[in-house]
Amino acid sequence: MTFAESVSHGAILLGAIIGVVTYLTWVERKFSGRLQSRIGPYLVGRPHGWLQPIADALKLLSKEDITPTKTDRFLFNLAPIWVVVMSLLGFAFLPLTINWVLVNIDLGLLYFSAIGSLIVIGVFIAGWASNNKYALLSALRAAAQIVAYEVPLLLSLLVPAVLAGSLNFQDIILAQEKYWFILFPVVGQISGITFLLAALAEGNRIPFDLSEAESELVAGFNIEYSGMKFAYFYLGEYAHLLAVSILVSILFLGGPLGPLLSGGVWIALKTLIVFLIVLWIRWSFLRLRIDQMMMLNWKVLVPLTLGNLLVAGLWVSLSR
Amino acid sequence: MVSYINLLIFFCLVLLFAVGTLVLSKLVRYIDPNVNPVKVATYECGEDPVGDARIRFPVSFYLIALIFVLFDVEAAFLFPWILSLSKLGLLAFIEMLIFLTILFLGWFYAFKKGDLKWERQ
Repeated sequence: MTFAESVSHGAILLGAIIGVVTYLTWVERKFSGRLQSRIGPYLVGRPHGWLQPIADALKLLSKEDITPTKTDRFLFNLAPIWVVVMSLLGFAFLPLTINWVLVNIDLGLLYFSAIGSLIVIGVFIAGWASNNKYALLSALRAAAQIVAYEVPLLLSLLVPAVLAGSLNFQDIILAQEKYWFILFPVVGQISGITFLLAALAEGNRIPFDLSEAESELVAGFNIEYSGMKFAYFYLGEYAHLLAVSILVSILFLGGPLGPLLSGGVWIALKTLIVFLIVLWIRWSFLRLRIDQMMMLNWKVLVPLTLGNLLVAGLWVSLSR
Repeated sequence: MVSYINLLIFFCLVLLFAVGTLVLSKLVRYIDPNVNPVKVATYECGEDPVGDARIRFPVSFYLIALIFVLFDVEAAFLFPWILSLSKLGLLAFIEMLIFLTILFLGWFYAFKKGDLKWERQ
């Protein structure tokens, strides 16, 4: 690729992510509405509220920005930028069709998880710099939670890599030509489900949204933020969620593989289904307490995923 | 090598987007000419803020971080293991089994000591 091509491909990818993420908020609100027998947004862009995300973006762009006097100004401004950059950067490694991937390296999975785990630093900076007790408590919870669920996340992420014998996303996809890894007996299902659970905890989604906990922490680590900086945390959260949905569809559901339709359509379809499952979970379960959540992680998920990985490893080493 | 240059370019683009949108927002947004000091005070649900937010917090958070380091280093060892597993076969598996058994003794120790419990006496 020439320099101009690299820039244009990167710009196309970035634009596509921003567009998709913006419309995911619409999908979420519409789907949530339907689950609760409401119709969701409908006024802006009748009859289905098609223009709602655009209106939201414009509103947030022109909102007044309030920086409380007691904050640490530099860190306060750094945090949203950090979160947004780190959550968008991971997309560079994800193949969106079998051949189209911006950064095709053998260690794609390692790089992706490394960049994904840097988001927590931005969250913690936000909570600390706000100099607000709610924000600090929320940031502490978020840090503990994300760091703790990093372990089962990695261990279940590695199962498809073991089965494919590679950390390259394209190799992992091509290894699923015969069957998707979610269909691999027992091992595939356990790693798929634990991955989704751990990813929900990483993304601060219900039932693990302790760091947002509206009823006790008001809004969480982004409590002092307003305007565009506030929007950045949302952008980061949804971009992370989109990345997780794409990752599930690549690692466990065969990604772009599928009959008749082209690869891009298949991966979009699978990603949408995973995203809707996440929303379904959101409206079906209650928030856990922090001790229950930590218990679930250290006493159930960590031993389970570790054992699961060993079983997958045994199978691979016996069947070579 | 080309791939890593792509990554650098993408990083620059993302950074440009993040900073550029903030600058754009600064140009178009409403700026309050005389800011009320209450408006820029720390938010505590309308009450006057009490004390500083640089407070002490439970030691459990540190323990989580420590146990995380233990397991994350182990995960770092697992990455190369995965790639060589199909070449080395059962030998590599047994070696990893021994390593993980030792590691799991540490987990079991923390479990027995009650360090995995959230509430502490």
